Amino acid sequence: MKDNIVLQMKNIHKSFPGVRALQGVDFTLRKGEVHALMGENGAGKSTLIKVLTGVYSKDEGDIFLDGKEGPVAIHSPQDAQKIGISTVYQEITLCPNLSVAENMFIGRTSGIGQNWRKMNSDTEKILRSLDIPATATQQLETCSLAVQQMIAIARAVDMDCKVLILDEPTSSLDEQEVEKLFKLMRDLRSKGVGIVFVTHFLDQVYEICDRITVMRDGQLVGEFEIEKLPRVQLVSKMLGKELDDMSDIKGEQKAYERKAGSVPVLEAQGRVSDAGIKPFDFHIDKGEVNGFTGLLGSGRSECVRALFAADRVTGGTIKMNGKPVKISKPLDAMKNGIAYLPEDRKGDGIVGDLSVRENIILAQQVLKGFFKPFSKAKQYEIADEYIKLLSIKTASADTPIKSLSGGNQQKVILARWLFTHPEYLILDEPTRGIDVGTKVDIQKLVLKLASEGMSVTFISSELDEMLRTCSRLVVMRDRKVVGELSGDDLNQSKVMSTIAGGDK
Amino acid sequence: MQKNEVKKPNESMLSRMVRHQMFIPVLALVILAVFNLIADPAFFKITVGQNSAGNMVLQGFLISILNDGSELAILAIGMTLVTAASGGQDISVGAAVAIAGSVLLRILGGGNSRPEELAAPIIVAFLVSCVVAMLFGAFNGVLVAYFKIQPMIATLILYTAGRSIAAWINNNELPVITDPSLGYFGGYIPGVPIPTPFFIAALCVAIIFLVLKFTNLGLYTQSVGINENSAKLNGLNPQVIKVITYVIMGLCVAVVGLIKVSRIQTINYSTIAKDIEMDAILAVALGGNALSGGKFNMAASIFGAYVIQFLTSTLYKFKVSSDALPAYKAVVVIILVVISAPTVKEWFGNVTKKFKVKEVA
Amino acid sequence: MSNNKTKASGSFVDKFNNLTDTNLLLTITVVIFFLMYIGAIIFQGGGFLKPQGFFNLLNANAALIVLACGLSIVMITGGIDISVGGVTALVSMCCAVYLDHMGGNVFVSVLIALAVGLAFGAFQGLLVAYLDIQPFIVTLAGMFFARGMTTIVNTKPFNVANEAFTKLKMTRVIIPGLGSANRKGDYIDAYVEIGVIVAILVVIVLFCLLRWTKLGRSFYAVGGNRQSALMLGINVKRTRFLSHVLCGLLAGIGGYVYFLHVGSGSPSHALGAEMDAIASSIIGGTMLTGGVGNIAGTFFGVMSLGTIQNIVSQAGLGEAWWIGITRALMLCLFLVIQSLVMVRKKKS
Repeated sequence: MKDNIVLQMKNIHKSFPGVRALQGVDFTLRKGEVHALMGENGAGKSTLIKVLTGVYSKDEGDIFLDGKEGPVAIHSPQDAQKIGISTVYQEITLCPNLSVAENMFIGRTSGIGQNWRKMNSDTEKILRSLDIPATATQQLETCSLAVQQMIAIARAVDMDCKVLILDEPTSSLDEQEVEKLFKLMRDLRSKGVGIVFVTHFLDQVYEICDRITVMRDGQLVGEFEIEKLPRVQLVSKMLGKELDDMSDIKGEQKAYERKAGSVPVLEAQGRVSDAGIKPFDFHIDKGEVNGFTGLLGSGRSECVRALFAADRVTGGTIKMNGKPVKISKPLDAMKNGIAYLPEDRKGDGIVGDLSVRENIILAQQVLKGFFKPFSKAKQYEIADEYIKLLSIKTASADTPIKSLSGGNQQKVILARWLFTHPEYLILDEPTRGIDVGTKVDIQKLVLKLASEGMSVTFISSELDEMLRTCSRLVVMRDRKVVGELSGDDLNQSKVMSTIAGGDK
Repeated sequence: MQKNEVKKPNESMLSRMVRHQMFIPVLALVILAVFNLIADPAFFKITVGQNSAGNMVLQGFLISILNDGSELAILAIGMTLVTAASGGQDISVGAAVAIAGSVLLRILGGGNSRPEELAAPIIVAFLVSCVVAMLFGAFNGVLVAYFKIQPMIATLILYTAGRSIAAWINNNELPVITDPSLGYFGGYIPGVPIPTPFFIAALCVAIIFLVLKFTNLGLYTQSVGINENSAKLNGLNPQVIKVITYVIMGLCVAVVGLIKVSRIQTINYSTIAKDIEMDAILAVALGGNALSGGKFNMAASIFGAYVIQFLTSTLYKFKVSSDALPAYKAVVVIILVVISAPTVKEWFGNVTKKFKVKEVA
Repeated sequence: MSNNKTKASGSFVDKFNNLTDTNLLLTITVVIFFLMYIGAIIFQGGGFLKPQGFFNLLNANAALIVLACGLSIVMITGGIDISVGGVTALVSMCCAVYLDHMGGNVFVSVLIALAVGLAFGAFQGLLVAYLDIQPFIVTLAGMFFARGMTTIVNTKPFNVANEAFTKLKMTRVIIPGLGSANRKGDYIDAYVEIGVIVAILVVIVLFCLLRWTKLGRSFYAVGGNRQSALMLGINVKRTRFLSHVLCGLLAGIGGYVYFLHVGSGSPSHALGAEMDAIASSIIGGTMLTGGVGNIAGTFFGVMSLGTIQNIVSQAGLGEAWWIGITRALMLCLFLVIQSLVMVRKKKS
């Protein structure tokens, strides 16, 4: 192994039932570099990291570490820690019911005893040196999320690691905290620590990273030096196609224009739920495609969830086609012709052990009523129809949905809602974590549905997708609506600047 | 319920059979039957004889299993639904049976512990006990659904208090009902050679299958059990559905209360339906249903109940005392949960895979 | 984690809100216990007035204290163990048969008790932690196995007539200065049994273990968030295993303390003790969801349950069912309180 290489992963394979998450991925990390691991959701970044930290066991491949003879075996997070690999995960993985100091030190040493006074004073020292506003004896759950994230990082840093993995650590941090984190990362880099940095924010990548490894659909796309990979190319490598390929569906939505005096399909005023958003107004016309945009956590999902009453609604009114309606639970929304495809496919969407058929009929069945089940024959008929219509790849209508790939699961959920024949369809991140082909399919479908008169709200983390499909964008920041863009304002820079606030 | 196996062409008949949900209960039944047959060739004989009331009735070991297993089969219905929707089990059913039975006797006796004649028609008493049992079921359900207490712990409250409440209802007296018509439900109807509990169980089973076929009870409970969030976003109310399953459990409890009381025409608060919750949970597990909820197979649970009764009766036949019985059953439970544990299955799968690889090489 | 409940200054409400769950639930329990006891002294007097009344409460509940401590540990780790009552009966029966029928020695009988408890704990822990089987099912089977085995060891209840053992059983530890006069006017020293000393030692040792050792904190970490604990580098499987082993060991100790108190073996010993132990733990502020709990709270939980029982029987509600019903009501009350605490926490 070359001197300056600290970590090397070779030909890593990992499969889950129904999914090949990693297929022959190589990854090399050098001393004193910040190395970005890029890829879309579902590209396999998280899986690669979990293999490296021993959360998942790999099916095939070897991992080499500087200073160790031959491939190293990592079977658990403890193993990883012992050989100098520290990790900060996207979700905060600390114990909320323990004190800050305990969270810093637990699981790091063996033996029974513990010098509590020293542990607390060490913790205080670390907290002060990193400028983290917390005390050692405070219970962790009383700290804000950002502070918890900082503590997780402080813990990882304090372990004298050779490799530090930061898996989307900045998503819950504000600008100043990100700056603080970057300063910390630069310090560590100068000390020779290899840092793996996973993020969705391109700006941050270009601000701090030295090298980029791009992954797509569980495969390695390539390793690049930062100067040699301009942004546009990075994006196209992540998406797996040249930007020109995607222009074929561009511009169609511009045909839509609001007719004067027409009544909106849905009009909400002062709608607010207990999920922590500010009251907002919203309307959508027949055949319109619009979208909510904003950074992760800006409240865009919470808004559409409030429209569908997925969270407890605490105020506001809704009119459907000009008539006031009461929507206080999802069933109300469904009865009024609203359909909602949730953001968290696994947690809120699929009913994993049930068959594709049962998953498709579920929503319409609930609308139809407890005492009026569809006959078996009818169920198969419906299921087969939608499997064909959306070209869902499944062994049969009786296959449990959990054994389908992400994209096909998403199509089943889409089928479920299309089968209710909604007037207004809300799609919250329908393209997350699915392959590019399916993504384009879904976007095309959205435009087709709109041309047939359905109103659609489309949310995506990828601005390109939104710009291609939506004729109007509602922009959100800090859990409130800060602007609305349509027509000529619908371009990348204008949207970005609205998201960022002011005319920065 | 439908069997949702996907037929894979390269799979052998044998491995498909082994993986079928009914494999373990059927296997257990076959082992038990063979074991009994070897020990006693007259095991399966069914004769016609006179019972103590002078009726001509069918007699034999199999008949007594069908008879004694009735209560368990009925409870297995409720337990399956509760398990599917709430991902936990109701451990208060034994105590609840005591309450239902006590209410029944209280109404029949009209507060008198040695009534000359019935103070109310049996059907009225039974309906009242149904209402009471369903209310207690609803109490459990509310704790589980709205207060989000783990089912086993929530039902622990009624488990602790149930038999005390049952004693309190009759002021700690043990009413004895001499009217022979009460005895029909747990014994024989004159002129019918088959024990009545079997008919009651068959009726309950028929009803639940009709309900599963003509309503969405199965789809709703399974959806809630598998993914509560998703069920909610599809317009279901998970809390209400959970409470409903506990209320259905209450109904099953009331029916069992009637049979139990009818069998002895009186009640013993501390021993009536003792440990029956364990058997009912075991029936659900033996039927191959996940105790963590979700998908269920009602037929398998009911079949499992009779297999358990077969085991119990066999143990009794071999002179195992009723107090020592739990030890043997516990061993069966442990074997069952160990072989169905995912870790063990995975390990077993790896071993067979390695074995096959060696064979090929 | 300071104890904030004493200072009733202007910022009391703030302090109340800042209480950790452990301390909040503990505070509720301790306050309720003292209110109940003081109420009993004022309205019922009698046995509650004399210090010996309190010590008798300890004497009667020493075994339950030990059992409940074991349950608290398992519950803090996020599991449950309902075999402890059965194990208690089995331990009593084994020791009784050994001491009485086989004329064994007392020291070995203690070892037998510990071994039986450990065996149950280790086997159940193995199935729960390493094979990932639901703890409730495993320990339910454990409970039935222990109960069944008790009958198999000996069907009939009997008293132990072993000299050394009887001597140990009758040993009383005198508490100086707290005695009182009996009806005849003779002064009688206040005393506790050996079992109480054992129970108090157990409480102190476990309190320290949970508060200040790495293993103790690992129990909390695993119960609080198993996934996070794994990521923090805690050996989750071993921790869960050890929690069951410890609970089994305590069931063995508790079983012997029980045996020492009753001095007999019987298949119907300690019926429902597991439920009492769980109830005590819950009343003492241990959360069923794991990660929250305190041994001191468990102690007060047992005492509260015992006090309620005394109050009920002194109030003339001597019928057995009242005890069952009041206990269930108390359990219900605390479960609902816990559920509300969880809701409050989610909102903030």
